[in-house]
Parts: sequence; structure tokens; C-alpha cells
Amino acid sequence: MYRIVRKQVLAPTITRFEIEAPFIAKKRKAGNFVMIRVENHGERIPLTIADGDPARGTITLIVQAIGKTTKLLCSKEQGEEVLDVVGPLGNPTPIEHIGHVVCVGGGVGTAELYPIAKALCDAGNTVSTIIGARSHDLVILEHEMRAIPSTTYVTTDDGSYGRRGFVTDQLKDILDSGNPVGAVFAIGPLPMMKAVSDLTRSYKVHTLVSLNTIMVDGTGMCGGCRVTIGGEMKFACVDGPEFDGHKVDFTELMMRNRTYVDMERIADERYRCQLAGLTQENVQ
Amino acid sequence: MSSANPLKPSERMKIPRQEPIEQAAAERMTNFLEVSFGFDDERSVIEAKRCLDCKQPLCIDGCPVGIDIPAFIGLVLKKDYVGAVNKIREANYLPAICGRVCPQESQCEELCVLGKKLTPVAIGKLERFVADFEMQQNLFTPPVIAEHREEKVAIVGSGPAGLTCAAELARKGYQVTIFEALHAVGGVLRYGIPEFRLPKEILDIETERIKALGVQIYLNFVIGRTATIDELFGEWGFKAIFLATGAGTPTFLGIPGENLSGVYSANEFLTRVNLMGAYRFPDFDTPIRIGKTVAVIGGGNTAMDAVRTAKRLGAEHAYLIYRRSRSEMPARQEEIHHAEQEGIELLLLTNPTRILADNNNWVCGIECQRMELGEPDDSGRRRPVPVKGSEFVVEIQTLVEAIGQKPNPIIQSTTPGLDTSKRGTVVTNEQQATSRPGIFAGGDLSRGGATVILAMRDGKQAAAAIHDYLEKT
Repeated sequence: MYRIVRKQVLAPTITRFEIEAPFIAKKRKAGNFVMIRVENHGERIPLTIADGDPARGTITLIVQAIGKTTKLLCSKEQGEEVLDVVGPLGNPTPIEHIGHVVCVGGGVGTAELYPIAKALCDAGNTVSTIIGARSHDLVILEHEMRAIPSTTYVTTDDGSYGRRGFVTDQLKDILDSGNPVGAVFAIGPLPMMKAVSDLTRSYKVHTLVSLNTIMVDGTGMCGGCRVTIGGEMKFACVDGPEFDGHKVDFTELMMRNRTYVDMERIADERYRCQLAGLTQENVQ
Repeated sequence: MSSANPLKPSERMKIPRQEPIEQAAAERMTNFLEVSFGFDDERSVIEAKRCLDCKQPLCIDGCPVGIDIPAFIGLVLKKDYVGAVNKIREANYLPAICGRVCPQESQCEELCVLGKKLTPVAIGKLERFVADFEMQQNLFTPPVIAEHREEKVAIVGSGPAGLTCAAELARKGYQVTIFEALHAVGGVLRYGIPEFRLPKEILDIETERIKALGVQIYLNFVIGRTATIDELFGEWGFKAIFLATGAGTPTFLGIPGENLSGVYSANEFLTRVNLMGAYRFPDFDTPIRIGKTVAVIGGGNTAMDAVRTAKRLGAEHAYLIYRRSRSEMPARQEEIHHAEQEGIELLLLTNPTRILADNNNWVCGIECQRMELGEPDDSGRRRPVPVKGSEFVVEIQTLVEAIGQKPNPIIQSTTPGLDTSKRGTVVTNEQQATSRPGIFAGGDLSRGGATVILAMRDGKQAAAAIHDYLEKT
């Protein structure tokens, strides 16, 4: 069992957890992920490690409550436990001195981007960051990103904060500004990473994306996470999760990720009913 | 022992081989309960009477772990079932598992003298009966560990090789720790073999018995990631390590369409069902997709497990596609027989060439070609050759590829000096020692894909070699 030592709500539906996992805390690097199972009968899901403290033996996970498993996790309080946490898995992000790099985070992907942006800065790079969100209340880690330090831009779809529009609008301006960009690191929803990759392809700027796929074990055993990279079959869990965005077959992956959409809805619906039932019992 | 059997050999030979109690095919197709319930005590004693108690028993030569088969059968005859299971346990710490999943027909029972003219003694079913009897009656007592040894030994992987090695070393008094990557013990026994062949409760009980020897188990611990082999030797203080991580990486055919939705590796398909409980969705959160028609590609036991699972999950048609003929199928005869009883349709001498997609990128069919058998290949089996112009399409909604697994490379790639073969297996000598002193390996990790009992044989061999190694250092 893995104890939650701190819980902090960052935005509606987005929660930050510090979880006791001393072996993982000691080993984890930017870009690694863990597989977690919240309770018995539960699914195993991958979550990128947002931060870690080897001295305290904790790792940080930032979770958006979307489906049953993430909602269940986000309902856990400080002092409660998560059943299984295993890692650190996947390859760490290659951190090199490149020069000027742009880090693009979409939604909760910003949380996964944060340790990478920090590591890139520590390696001597000049870091620009673009945080994209649907609206102001979903913008996370802006303060932390600025403190790295990095030149930080915020875009929101509805214009409720920062620049109205998409991260690609801001990225295009940076690419056009004359300040050469050595590499782009993009983490967020697949359509966002696809749009970023399509944009940077025409500028011939190397772009690394972190793929979120279907996974069962996360250690190379199931192959559920297979993706096509430059025409070759790769496993996101052991060959990735980061790949050259210009080589990823995003369309195929987006289709694959829809495999269980209706069953995920059933699980989610059932969980909501259980919660409702529970509340009623509590009232009685 | 022969004194226990009053019958003359000629009389013993007149007794027919006893048949196990089995769930009827029509019924078992709708559930995940065990197909075979094995023998009851009456059948067991009758079957035990058939043993000729040979002076030079060949059956023992056929057992990879060298169980004293005539001795345990003699104890069954005396109705000393606990004595019998303890006799087995001297050589094999997982009797309830082996009694179910061992291919006895090609091992002990193949060499049984009775089998030459009649049918061999049902050794596997007897093994299973005594192990089950002990469990049901709750009569297990852990063996006394005579000596205490300070040396710590790490076992990587909790499959049949790892569990066996752990039990052997713990009985010798060593301080044994198993590291398991998944959240449950058992390796392929847990994620691969379905409930209807090996109930997980049996695995849980056998695991508890290994824990009772003082073996410590770390779950959710990926060696090579959570800690490296060199750290196990260093800060963790282990004096020897046995690698038994199996062959967990699926291989794919390399035909077009393998990344379509609805296409699974057998590993993913079986792991979802067996480890994650997808057959009980939505009581368990992990989903699985079963179309009206499911095809499984392959001819081994894994393919059989997958196709029989698909049928139980509600497939109206479940096809097994295999490119050679029935006699070349590597699966156990018993499994093929059970599958056919359950209505599995075998498409033999059939080779898949392309997976077809619908508009939503879902699998909707598989294009195959007919094959005919040509000259024997390196494996001695006749090589299948395509018949020109014989392409045809089978409409399917789910496809499972069960064409073999290879070892997971995480440990090999994070352990300097560990020699591996081109196939990705860890190279060992006959004592299971690897190229690095103190590191031993066995099971599918060094064999590349074999059986539970051969993995156990390696675990036992490695335990003996580790004992020798630690005595010398």
C-alpha cells in the first residue's frame, strides 16, 4: 500500500498527490511514469511522475478526474492509501544542452511537462513555456513554470485568461520571431500534440511528444500500447513514452484509444451510481 | 511398497484407466469454472492399483523434477494421501499446479510401461487428487527447516521457476526474497493460464505455502527499473540472484492491420481476463472486447487458452487459425480435445496474410491463404507452403495473435556483463549459471518459451547451483 501524504486540488477536476513510494522516488527521472491501481478490482492506469522527493520518499502525481479510475483516485484523501504503484517505467526524457527550447503543455499535460522543463533549464537551456487550457480555471502550474525560470505564455480556448486561442498560435509566433528554436517538447491531448508536430514539421524543428496510450502492465508485456512510429511498430511503455512527433501516426493512435470508449462510460456511470447510493445511505 | 497392492500384475492390467470427472462441454462454455474436477478418492485408489510398481520405474525419468512416482502412488493405495503429497513435495513444491497443467502425456505417462500396450497410469490426475485432498482437508504442515543460513538470495519473477527456486532455497535455510513486477504473484500462472485450467485460488494457496517457508515477496517491483541487479548485490546485500522473468514480450506476425482496434496479443487478451478480471466487467474495471466472431492465430497452448476464453466470453464463433496441420500443433492433446468439445472451429493449413478494417479502424476480417505441407524444416515438422490463388476472407470482429513470446529485455539491458542470445534469451550453462558470477537464470527467460514444469526444473537446478556457489564463496 502506498500512502497519500499530501493532497492539493489545483483546479476543478485536477488534483496533486504526494504519495509515499520511496524506491520510485529515488530512481525516477523526468519523463518516467508509474502504473497505479487504486483499489481491488480496479484497472491499472499509467500516470506520469510530475515530481519526486527522494529524501522524503515521495513522488508527485497530478491527476485529472476523467474516467472511473481517475475519479476514484481523486476522491482519496490525505492519509488514505493507493493499492498499487509500480515504477519508474518508460525511458526518461533525453535532457541535453540544445539552446533555446519551447515546452508546450496542454491541460493536465502541463504537469507532465513541468519536470522536463525544469531539467532542460538545469541543463543550461533557455526555456520558453506555453501552457494551454480550455479556460482560466484549468490553467495549472503557471507560477511553477515561471519560477523555473522560463518565459511563460498562457493560452485559453475561451480567452478567459492569457491569449485567446490554441498553443499552436503562440508557438507559431515564437517560431516566426527570429529567435531560433532548437527543439520543442509537447505534452497534452493527442490532437494538440498532432497540431504542434504538424506545425513544427514545416519549420524543421525537432519535436518530442509523450504518448498516452492504452496500457495494461506498462512493462512491455501486453503490447496494448503499440504505436506506429516512422512505419515501425513500437511499444509506448518500453520504447517510449516519448517519440519524435514528426514520425508518430497520430490518426491511428487516436482511433485505437477509442477502443473502449463505451465500456469506459459504463464503468464511469456505475461509479457515479455507487457514489449516489453511498450518499443516500449516509443520509439515512 | 508393492506389498500394499495384493493384485498380481496381470490383474492390475485388467483395470481400465479411470476417467476424471469433467464439466460437460455445453455447460462449461458458459462459465470460467474448471473443466476437469479430477479424481475422487475412489477413482484414485482404483487407478493407483493399476501401477505395476516397476523395479526400474521409467516414469521417474520422464519427470523433469524427478518425483518418486511409484512411492507416492503406493501411498495413495494405502489411502495415505497426505503422505503421498508430502512425497511429491520432496521433489516438487507446486503439486496442485503441476497436477493440472503438466503435459504428463509427453513426460511421466509417456514412459509408463502400461502405456506400451494399454493406457498409462493417470499419474497427473493422482498428483492433483492428493494435492487437492490436502487443501480441502486443510492438512498442510510446513516442512521443518533444519538449518538457518545467513545468506540472502534474490529471485526475480514469481512464476513457476521463481517460486520453485525460492521454495528449494528456503528449505535449505537461506533468506529468500522474491521480486515481482505485477501486483500479484504467479507470473504466467497468474496472467497467462485461465481460471478454467488453473483456478487462481489454487495458485494463492500454493503461494501461501511458499511464504510459510519464510520467503519474502515484494510486489510492484520491476528489477531493472525500481532497483537494478547491481543494487541488489550492493546496497541490498544479496549474495546470489536467480533471474526468472519469463518470456513476457509478445511477438506479432508483421502483417498489415495489426494496430487496428480489436486486435490483441495473446498476452494482452489473457492478462486482461486472468490478471485483471475482465471476464467480470463491470464488477472489475478492466474491459475486454469480444466480437460475435473471434479468431485466434497460433497452435500452442496459449492459442488454445485464448480461443477457449473467447468462447466463454460469448463469441458465437471462435476460430483457431494455424498454418500447419493438426499433428504439428504444439498444444497439448487434452487441450485441443477440450477445445473441439467446446465448439472451437479449427482452420488448419491456413495462413493469415492481412487484417481488414472497417471505416472506424476496427478489425472486420482477416484475409488468409490455404497452405499445404512440404518438406520437413529445421524443427522436423513439415514446412507449410502457400497454395497459389487460394486467398479467402473470414469475417471477424476480434483477433488475437498467439504466435509466441520472447523475454522482456529490461534486465538484460540494465545489467552489464550478462550474455544474451540473438533470440533475447539469457545464456546459461547446464547448472543455470549465467556469464556473471552469482547470477543464475532459468525458465522461459533462458529457454525462450517452454512449459511450467521445465521452468520448475530450472528453478530446482538453479537452487542446487546457488547452494554450491554459496558454499564455495
